[in-house]
Amino acid sequence: MMLASLIIIPALGAILAWRSERLHPDAPRWIALGALAAALAVTVAVWMHGQDGPWLAETNWSWIPQLGIAFRLGLDGLSLLLILLTLALGILAVAASWTEIAERTGLFHLTLLLTLAGVVGVFLALDLFLFFFFWELMLVPMYFIIAVWGHEERIGAAIKFFIFTQGSGLLMLIAILAIALVHLQATGRLTFDYFELMGMALGPDVSLFIMLGFFVAFAVKLPAFPFHPWLPDAHTQAPTAGSVILAGVLLKTGAYGLLRFVVPLFPDAAMRFAPIAMLLGAIGVLYGAVLAFAQNDVKRLVADSSISHMGFVLLGIFAWNALALKGVVVQMIAHGISTGALFIIVGLLQERIHTRDLRLMGGLSAQLPRLSMIGLFFAIATLGLPGLGNFVGEFLVLLGSFDANPPLTIVAAAGLVAAVIYALTLVQRAFHGELRRSSSAPDLCLREMAVMAVMMILILWLGVRPQPLLDTVSPALLNLQKLDASHAALTEHQP
Amino acid sequence: MLALLWLTPALPLLGFVILFATAGRLPASAVAAVGVGSVGLSAVIALIITASFLTTPPEGDFYRQVLWRWIAIGSFNPEVAFRLDPLSLVMMLVITFVGFLIHLYSSEFMAGDEGYSRFFASMNLFVAAMLILVLADDLLLLYAGWEGVGLCSYLLIGFWYRDPANGAAARKAFIVTRIGDTAMVVGLILLFTRLGTLAIPELMERAPQAWPAGSATATAAAALLLGGALGKSAQIPLQTWLPDAMAGPTPVSALIHAATMVTAGVYLIARTHVLFELAPAIQLAVAAIGAATLLLAAFSALNQHDFKRILAYSTISQIGYMFLALGAGAWTAAIFHFMTHAFFKALLFLAAGAVMMCIGDEHDIFRMGGLWRRLPLAFASFLIGAASLAALPLVTAGFYSKDMILWGAWTSGRGGPALWAAGLIGALVTAIYIFRAVFVVFFGEMQIAARSRYGWRIAVPLGVLSVLALGGGFVETPAALGHVEAFSRLLEAVLPTQREVAAAPATQATVMAIASFAALAGVFIAYLVYLRRVRAATILDTSAVQRLHRFWLAGWGFDWLYDRVLVRPFLWFAQLNRDDAVDAVYDGVAFSSRVSHAYLSRTQTGRVRWYAGWLVAGSLAAIAIAVFA
Amino acid sequence: MAGIPLSHGLLVAVVLFALGLVGVLARRNLVFMLMSIEIMLNAAGLAFIAGGARWAQPDGQIMFILVLTLAAAEVSVGLALILALYHRLETLDADAADKLKG
Repeated sequence: MMLASLIIIPALGAILAWRSERLHPDAPRWIALGALAAALAVTVAVWMHGQDGPWLAETNWSWIPQLGIAFRLGLDGLSLLLILLTLALGILAVAASWTEIAERTGLFHLTLLLTLAGVVGVFLALDLFLFFFFWELMLVPMYFIIAVWGHEERIGAAIKFFIFTQGSGLLMLIAILAIALVHLQATGRLTFDYFELMGMALGPDVSLFIMLGFFVAFAVKLPAFPFHPWLPDAHTQAPTAGSVILAGVLLKTGAYGLLRFVVPLFPDAAMRFAPIAMLLGAIGVLYGAVLAFAQNDVKRLVADSSISHMGFVLLGIFAWNALALKGVVVQMIAHGISTGALFIIVGLLQERIHTRDLRLMGGLSAQLPRLSMIGLFFAIATLGLPGLGNFVGEFLVLLGSFDANPPLTIVAAAGLVAAVIYALTLVQRAFHGELRRSSSAPDLCLREMAVMAVMMILILWLGVRPQPLLDTVSPALLNLQKLDASHAALTEHQP
Repeated sequence: MLALLWLTPALPLLGFVILFATAGRLPASAVAAVGVGSVGLSAVIALIITASFLTTPPEGDFYRQVLWRWIAIGSFNPEVAFRLDPLSLVMMLVITFVGFLIHLYSSEFMAGDEGYSRFFASMNLFVAAMLILVLADDLLLLYAGWEGVGLCSYLLIGFWYRDPANGAAARKAFIVTRIGDTAMVVGLILLFTRLGTLAIPELMERAPQAWPAGSATATAAAALLLGGALGKSAQIPLQTWLPDAMAGPTPVSALIHAATMVTAGVYLIARTHVLFELAPAIQLAVAAIGAATLLLAAFSALNQHDFKRILAYSTISQIGYMFLALGAGAWTAAIFHFMTHAFFKALLFLAAGAVMMCIGDEHDIFRMGGLWRRLPLAFASFLIGAASLAALPLVTAGFYSKDMILWGAWTSGRGGPALWAAGLIGALVTAIYIFRAVFVVFFGEMQIAARSRYGWRIAVPLGVLSVLALGGGFVETPAALGHVEAFSRLLEAVLPTQREVAAAPATQATVMAIASFAALAGVFIAYLVYLRRVRAATILDTSAVQRLHRFWLAGWGFDWLYDRVLVRPFLWFAQLNRDDAVDAVYDGVAFSSRVSHAYLSRTQTGRVRWYAGWLVAGSLAAIAIAVFA
Repeated sequence: MAGIPLSHGLLVAVVLFALGLVGVLARRNLVFMLMSIEIMLNAAGLAFIAGGARWAQPDGQIMFILVLTLAAAEVSVGLALILALYHRLETLDADAADKLKG
């Protein structure tokens, strides 16, 4: 019940927020904040009082028994952290778009909360059909967020986003059906249950094809090179809250899917495929960084940097050892915070100078010192400075990947240099140099400072004391690794 | 008392946090109090710790303080832990003490700047990061400090951010050093993968057990660490950033780009000397790079017009000496030279800063002249610094440390005389270029109005550093001159002393005499050429020499080369791919569906009879296939 | 029953169908096209009758009744559409009604 409430609270909040707009234009914002805070409180409660073992809480209700579909949810350390991230970023996103979204606030918060509910569902579902259901649920409202409240070229971007995700979702649906049917043939029982499907033995070719179906779906979402082109458009055109949720949370569903489904369900196929996946990851690291460097649109620059960061995630997942996986988790959380913060900063900037074009910016340090300082802080975080969260993630990923594939690790490490280039270029072009275009509004207000301060503290905490987080996720990752104990060929750094 | 160790980096860090959080809303006096006070307190604590360490040495000659466990994953468990041993003690003392003097100097030098608070925030952060670097017990924490100082260097080079050139210099510094740092990261990863730890003492213990001398892995690991050191310490081929880094305020150049940060590479190699001893090829490379760099930078320094760039090239050159010493196995000499260099180079920068402050921020030495009468204090301190840099015999600190390096090079097994010769030529050129600056700036005709306007906060650091630049060398003197060995005995516990070579004291005295002669000769040549302007000096105006002059002025064309080979191709590719070639593929899919749409929609004519005709044709075709196929 | 052989019936049906088809394709007047369609329907009906007679089964006649009703419905709807079209376009030319062109 606890777990279901994590989905129900945002969903109910969504409907309430929608209907409450007629009372007061700001009412949806407060309701959204309240709903997300309540869900956050429930999550923390589960964290504190969860069961022992890898699964902190579980729910298993019958849903469509004829087809072997159940409403089965489970929360382990991995899901927990990602849900915490989702809800926290949701709250920050609502707070950050307080003044940006002025029209149809009810509808906006409806779509936002529904997206978040879908994401939470994705992180909880342990039934493949249910997973797919939530996967689609988070997609559709996000389409509207981009298409309705986005910037200049929002429609095209929204359609591109939808086609990419939907097309890859179709592949996943086929893969889900395929694995269920193979299971039906083998055992005579139709089921979509995660654990039942896990133990099944598959032929090498079959498992490779089904694995690829899942892989492509998640790689598009991640996004991995060469499935990334939807991302810059979608992130750039979405309103601030949309970008924050897209970059901070939606991308993580791709990584989560790879972690939860692709490797555990198809260990052998995944390991055969690992060199290619790691290659894509390493290419993504460099390609995204080079792409980011050349952009003139700040938001696009930040968006492209996500491709680079997610390259590390892909690299780490397919290295599949304790160090790399923990690095992946830290990297996901740190990326969610740092990139989310950068999107918020870009949003605040756009509210003030009414452009995102770097060619028109410059010298804002003099006029908006606080905003510039915080922008610098997160640019530094993004380039992986030790002491901030991203470094821990990137270093652990590289450390773990080196065991699995040294050459590709070295290629990916070159991304550390490329990251400096784009991050510092961003700082230079936006904040340093001569003042080009003046701000029409004063520096950050208290609400904005509060949002940024929370994010700065989080990223700092992640960089200096990542251990509590690592301890939280540790049993879950061990469990995932144990699930596919069939392939012991992987190097492990277990105590 | 040793338990106070954590406070030395924590206090400057606290200063940074206060200044960062208040974001320029504090009055200037409060900013100065926080900024200078935090480093001052840190220096006091460092002194207390030193006293305690020297009077009652802890067991094993080191003190370890664990603050918290940073990460614990299986066998990978780096800690945030500090390790105080003689090596880090020396580094800590120099950093806090010189750092404090430079902070004090800056509180006056930077007065009135709109970024006063930002300046001290960055400087405090720098001191904290540098202390973390040298105190770290674990290579990962060392790397954290390493990147932290790099960040501060970036922030401070680009401190006056309005001028895009400063920003470019700052980015160049960060990017070039980051190239080295990335090599270092890979080195760290390699070390952990093979040896299972990143804690420095364990690494140094396990490496000789795991690897025979000269093994490929040891060589690779040492080479990768060397990459990091080359970037940070501005050695060939990653030296190009340091001259440009002079875009920052002068105290920054003094603290970061002369006294402390740029010597981090020296510290790293000294700290991991066991690894380098396992990789003789790399150690030889260290010596060769040092020798090459010291010569190359010295010749460049000889040709600069910009006051600060002379000192920048001089710094590169002097670090070259330290690398030479490291490569020759004279570990102690390298650290000794680090210390004296910190004194006299900080002094030179601060004196130069004081001069430039008094003449309206003029940087070109040929527009200065005859300033010694107007600015006696600055002149005296610069002269002392120059003498120490040129290693004028007996009375200067630089003499003793440089002599130790040259002697170390002479007696080292590998290519000793060649290294020694390089060092000797370097010493000659060093004396020429620095006294060229002395004569051109302070003597000759007065060309610029100068107004002495520095107060005690500038004067005191200059005075104290002058004393140190002269007297700081007496802690270690050669056999022929008193044979004081306080410094090397202190470092004995950490750094192995060089193999004793059976050389008569007479040889050592001769070698020393030759070096002294080189230094004096250099001063004399500079005097003849730049002050007396003897007729032979007209050779400098011939076109061949002028061409050489331009080549050396431009730092041997490294910038030009990197621009062609690295920067432009990168920019070209990035611009070319701005719209993402991969996206073009997907756009191609969209385009083809649009084209096929255009063609297919033409068949929809809207004419019923036309449709009926196709219907018939289709049915006929279907029947035909069914019947005949 | 020594009646007409099946092939004759089918031949007539084919000829009728072809006539109707040519009418639909060649005539532009909507009324004529409608009539041609009727002819084609009846040709199909004739083929059913012939077939039913050949196998002595009632199915053919049943199908013919179905075709009849279909034809009646078709004519009533078709005429109504033609009338509406005529009001709008003031012509009975089928090619004038190509508003659905892609």
